[in-house]
Amino acid sequence: MGLLDAGITRHNVLVTSVDNVLNWARLSSLWPMGFGLACCAIEMMATNASNYDLERFGIFPRSSPRQSDLMIVAGTVTMKMAERVIRLYEQMPEPRYVLSMGSCSNCGGPYWEHGYHVLKGVDRVIPVDVYVPGCPPRPESLIGGLLKVQELIRMEQIGISRADALKKLYEKPVDPQFIIERDRQASKA
Amino acid sequence: MEEGKQMSQSLKNSVTAYSIIKEHFGSAISEFDPNETMPFFEVLDVSRWTEIALFMRDNSKLQFNYLACLSGVDYPAEDKVGIVCNCESLGVFNHKLAVKIKCSRQGGSLPSVAYVWHTANWHEREAFDMYGMTFTGHPDLTRILCPDDWVGHPLLKDYKVQETYHGIKVPY
Repeated sequence: MGLLDAGITRHNVLVTSVDNVLNWARLSSLWPMGFGLACCAIEMMATNASNYDLERFGIFPRSSPRQSDLMIVAGTVTMKMAERVIRLYEQMPEPRYVLSMGSCSNCGGPYWEHGYHVLKGVDRVIPVDVYVPGCPPRPESLIGGLLKVQELIRMEQIGISRADALKKLYEKPVDPQFIIERDRQASKA
Repeated sequence: MEEGKQMSQSLKNSVTAYSIIKEHFGSAISEFDPNETMPFFEVLDVSRWTEIALFMRDNSKLQFNYLACLSGVDYPAEDKVGIVCNCESLGVFNHKLAVKIKCSRQGGSLPSVAYVWHTANWHEREAFDMYGMTFTGHPDLTRILCPDDWVGHPLLKDYKVQETYHGIKVPY
């Protein structure tokens, strides 16, 4: 959101900061790793498919962790799988983002007490940026979570840490509609 | 079974099948439990279980050619664990019988029937994984669902989950 919505016509010159351009480029091509663990993965696939069409956000699953920016942990993480998830996370190049999708990967979900084999929250093994609640979350919720990741990227600057960016995001959350309207107004002038 | 209650045809078939096995093995197997849901008998002489299974499969009047399921059961009150085998004669006689076999809860072992019905191979591994009884004569008795280095057998009634697994906290 922003540059393209502003409607660039008549070969105008744009003046902006390097941070803005870098962040805009990164958040507009957020490539998740194509892997799913349980029923949440079905919702994730539905979100990728034509009805919800994630590609309009530049989000497009990659088949290798080495080409991915984002890990969507979609489903129940078992103790066996936890070690593989760590391995995949470590194979992703930085900067990398993690979205925990659904109750199971947030906190163990329905397996929290008697699920001896389930990891009670993927944040026990890898750092999570955005949690999406639901069992499983609807595609709209997942898209909401992905937009949150985009907002987080927009908060980043050269030289500030991820923790600072998260803090910034928490302190002043972005209203996308406001930005769209503002940029549209600005482009008319 | 209570007097005057009508037996269903499928139960009558099970009784006939049971009487053939009883005739051959006598006191090695228990009396028949003619319930409508899952008619069963228990193997009392556990060491003869493989022999009984082969007889059930190969006898021309029985032909239990299909092992529908093999489940594990924990009997803490009797200090035993066991398995329940649901055998059927699929497409031949269409009769069905369940067989129960029990062994000691601590280090107990049962004869394997993995070579009689190949279905039993993975199911016995699962029963071992979840309840801890071993199967003598099994070709590859390793855990099938839990990781190989998991501690304990999760479906035992007194199971307590381990604190950590490879440094990761397990309980909530």
